[in-house]
Amino acid sequence: MIDVAAGAALFCLLLSALAVARRGRASLSATLYTLTILPCLAQAAAGLAILGGAAGGQMVLPIGLPWLGAHLRLDALSAFFLVIIGTGGAAISLFAVGYGRHEEEPGRVLPFYPAFLGAMTLVVLADDAFTFLVAWEVMSLLSWALVMAHHRRDEVRSAGYLYLLMAALGTMALIVAFGLLAGADGSFAFSEIRAASRPVGVTALAAGLVLIGAGSKAGIAPLHLWLPEAHPAAPSHVSALMSGVMTKVAVYAVLRVVFDLLGPLPWWASPALILLGAGTAVLGIFNAAMADDMKKILAYSTIENIGVIFAALGLAQAFLAEGMRAAAALALSAALFHAFNHMAFKSLLFMGAGAVLTATGRRDLDGLGGLIRRMPVTAFLTLVAVTAISALPPLNGFASEWMVFQSLLASPRLPHLGLEMVIPAAGGLLALAAALAAAAFVRFYGVAFLGRARSDAAARALEVDRAMLAGMGVLAALCVLVGLVPALVLDRLSPVVTALTGTHLPVQGDQPWLTLVPVAAARSTYNPLLVFAFIAVTASLAAWGAVRMGSRVVRRGPAWDCGYPEPSVTTQYGAGSLAQPLRRVLGPVLLQSREEVEMPAPGDMAPARHRVVQGDPIRDTLYLPVVRAVLWAATLIDRLQFLTIRRYLAMVMATLVSLLLVLSLWG
Amino acid sequence: MIAAFAIQGIQMLLVLALAPGLVGLVRKVKARAMRRRGASVLQPYRDLRRLMRKEVVLADTASWLFTATPFLVFAATWVAASLVPTFATGLQFSWTADLIAIVALLGSGRFFLALAGMDVGTSFGGLGASREVMFASMAEPAMLLTVFALSLVAGSTQLSTVVEVLHGPPGVGLRVSLGMALVALIIVAIVENGRIPADNPATHLELTMVHEAMVLEYSGRHLAMIELAGAMKLLLYVSLIACLFVPWGIARAGDGPGALVIGVATYLAKIAVGGVALALFEASIAKMRVFRVPDYLGIALMLGLLGTLLLFVSGTL
Repeated sequence: MIDVAAGAALFCLLLSALAVARRGRASLSATLYTLTILPCLAQAAAGLAILGGAAGGQMVLPIGLPWLGAHLRLDALSAFFLVIIGTGGAAISLFAVGYGRHEEEPGRVLPFYPAFLGAMTLVVLADDAFTFLVAWEVMSLLSWALVMAHHRRDEVRSAGYLYLLMAALGTMALIVAFGLLAGADGSFAFSEIRAASRPVGVTALAAGLVLIGAGSKAGIAPLHLWLPEAHPAAPSHVSALMSGVMTKVAVYAVLRVVFDLLGPLPWWASPALILLGAGTAVLGIFNAAMADDMKKILAYSTIENIGVIFAALGLAQAFLAEGMRAAAALALSAALFHAFNHMAFKSLLFMGAGAVLTATGRRDLDGLGGLIRRMPVTAFLTLVAVTAISALPPLNGFASEWMVFQSLLASPRLPHLGLEMVIPAAGGLLALAAALAAAAFVRFYGVAFLGRARSDAAARALEVDRAMLAGMGVLAALCVLVGLVPALVLDRLSPVVTALTGTHLPVQGDQPWLTLVPVAAARSTYNPLLVFAFIAVTASLAAWGAVRMGSRVVRRGPAWDCGYPEPSVTTQYGAGSLAQPLRRVLGPVLLQSREEVEMPAPGDMAPARHRVVQGDPIRDTLYLPVVRAVLWAATLIDRLQFLTIRRYLAMVMATLVSLLLVLSLWG
Repeated sequence: MIAAFAIQGIQMLLVLALAPGLVGLVRKVKARAMRRRGASVLQPYRDLRRLMRKEVVLADTASWLFTATPFLVFAATWVAASLVPTFATGLQFSWTADLIAIVALLGSGRFFLALAGMDVGTSFGGLGASREVMFASMAEPAMLLTVFALSLVAGSTQLSTVVEVLHGPPGVGLRVSLGMALVALIIVAIVENGRIPADNPATHLELTMVHEAMVLEYSGRHLAMIELAGAMKLLLYVSLIACLFVPWGIARAGDGPGALVIGVATYLAKIAVGGVALALFEASIAKMRVFRVPDYLGIALMLGLLGTLLLFVSGTL
């Protein structure tokens, strides 16, 4: 199977070479994206086969460090993430067959797109630190190049710069982490790192560094600042790939290093991870509920979902540290399941935003509206995704959120007071995040797709082409199917969970009616299939009965609106007005927001103004001081540029002497 | 087997049939408490019949989502209400969804109602939707934390199991955490059902509407579905509080017909008491400003959190 996966990655890289050779001509676009679907399907199939019990395998390629070579290995964990990359990649590439046609600069997207997919596959396959880091860096740089596709816009350039900085920081942290793990002899192969024993301090430090390195890629707070800038700046199918898939590769990195290579962390490491995750979730989704730009909302919501995943991972670590393997298996299954689900609905949402962007040329909520009538299929598919991401039954988002809550409830037996305080708080935060997600996506969908069109572009929008709809349809179907039979998906996860925790959930597929019973003893059950059947039956019965027994007359007329219908579309609630109640409640705490009223003096004809001032506490307290310190240091060092030749010579002399001194003292 | 299905069916029909009656009772008692005569307890049934027979006036800008929502909301609420033990626990399908899923089902109803409020593109619909989601974003975590507290006591989120453990034997006795959960649940129930002091179900004053503003554009059978769903939601919360905190008389799985009759009788008495209590509470208090409601819900959130925290720190509180 490893050869299939490695072959898929190689094929992707070759496709990029092809695109470069043809100078990224627009005529190549549809062919290239269609060809990209093939390796994606191949690796998804390979991953599924391994999760179903096929043998993985490993290979050593004679490239890379001369004494090491490039080790590749395919185990259950890699296989699961191969499935994520493959499924997401295939659906997104299908969408891109249509979307790429509207790309104004195909030459800046086509050469990077397949290689980006290939690099992600390589990250997942890598079995030594060197290969891993190279693949990781290639993935970062290619995604940066894709973000910069529309580099003539100012906001894209600044987003790209920020992303480059954060990516460099992340890779640096990973390099140091692997350096610590490899030790002085430089044993970079994962098998050697796994076998080595090291003091607790080093383990914790390496875990922290990996959390910085991978967490910054995933968008964990406070390292998330670049994400809502960079993900929306890329072309929409790339945004889908970055948000839906690349963040999962970052989750993979954490799983691989912290769960697999390091072994269980001491218990005091987990509360930090849990709180970090839960806090990130609330912060991300609150920002999503405030943002005005469709793709920015989606990017912020990615931060939320990553937070949920990390909180579940933290729980799994806490259970592992106490040897509660069954509970750890539950938490880890929840995290993995949510990662898969998030791939499906977030990619779908970004594609929906891309379809809207294609049809209207706009992505600000206040320029849209009424698209459910102009673009019925896109609107329906986006509605599926919105329902799924808001964690509403019976779709997939709820199933994984339910699992996360179940693992929270398995935790009161943890013997540490710190954890006992942290976990209920995290539970509250996660519940708040789930509720805020519904609020954010009511606003997202309601303003963009419902109501009346707020601009001519939205009023004239036309449905997008079939390839785009097909790409979205695949993932929408996946959201529904996985939501209805989560038991079958969870059973596929058990090899991964067994590899990392030593045990797995009870087999779910054997339960009657495919009911979810994650902990047999607690008898907490959820059966989406029956819930769906009940809702479908009662809703159709009600509709049939209402028409049958009552009147079936429908008269169309103008909206009533309490008797004063106002034709101007600006009287509708828009993005700002919908955000206002929530901003008043939580904004002062989370965003330092306040409303300022500027009232001119009586008799003054100037208009009164009411504006919202909004800050970002994390940017202001964590990032700006660093920026100021760098600027200050740069100004100091700047003087060195304007010295006379004598001073330069003196400095060279002084450096030389001091180095020699150090050497002689050292020796 | 057939008996089990029949009992489940009776439960579904019971909640459907009783829900408007509860609303009628609350209105009647409220009117009497305000020294009005009030309409008959049966008035909500008549209203529903009248609405069903009227034609539907649909706004020009309404989409399919607008017409589908009433039935979806009705179905989600009905399914949720059928899963809450009323007169008996351990019903045929009680394992279909646990408490978290019931909360989420109600959340689905609200989600689609809020979307429908925005569908026509009027100012009132958006106003109602924005306020409703603000309330929900505080009420839902409070409710979930209450659920956590309850299920930590019972060791399960399955409602039938929770009721059986709380009811005993051996029972769990009086607990501080359960007291907190009760208060939090009542606060959430009042807000979720749009009762005074959070919202006024009788108002049509533009500035104070929340729920009513959201469904302002509905008419005819659509409105009937939404009204019926609203009534069932009220009944659901009353039944939930009744089965968790005054479980006496509720029949167990496998009990004979005698226990079932006792169960139904005590259930009717419980919801009557609940309805009267709600009416008296509503009559004795003024509605609060919209932006005071989050503070009010904050109390529920804190109580839910404290209850959960207590259970994490000590298993016996």
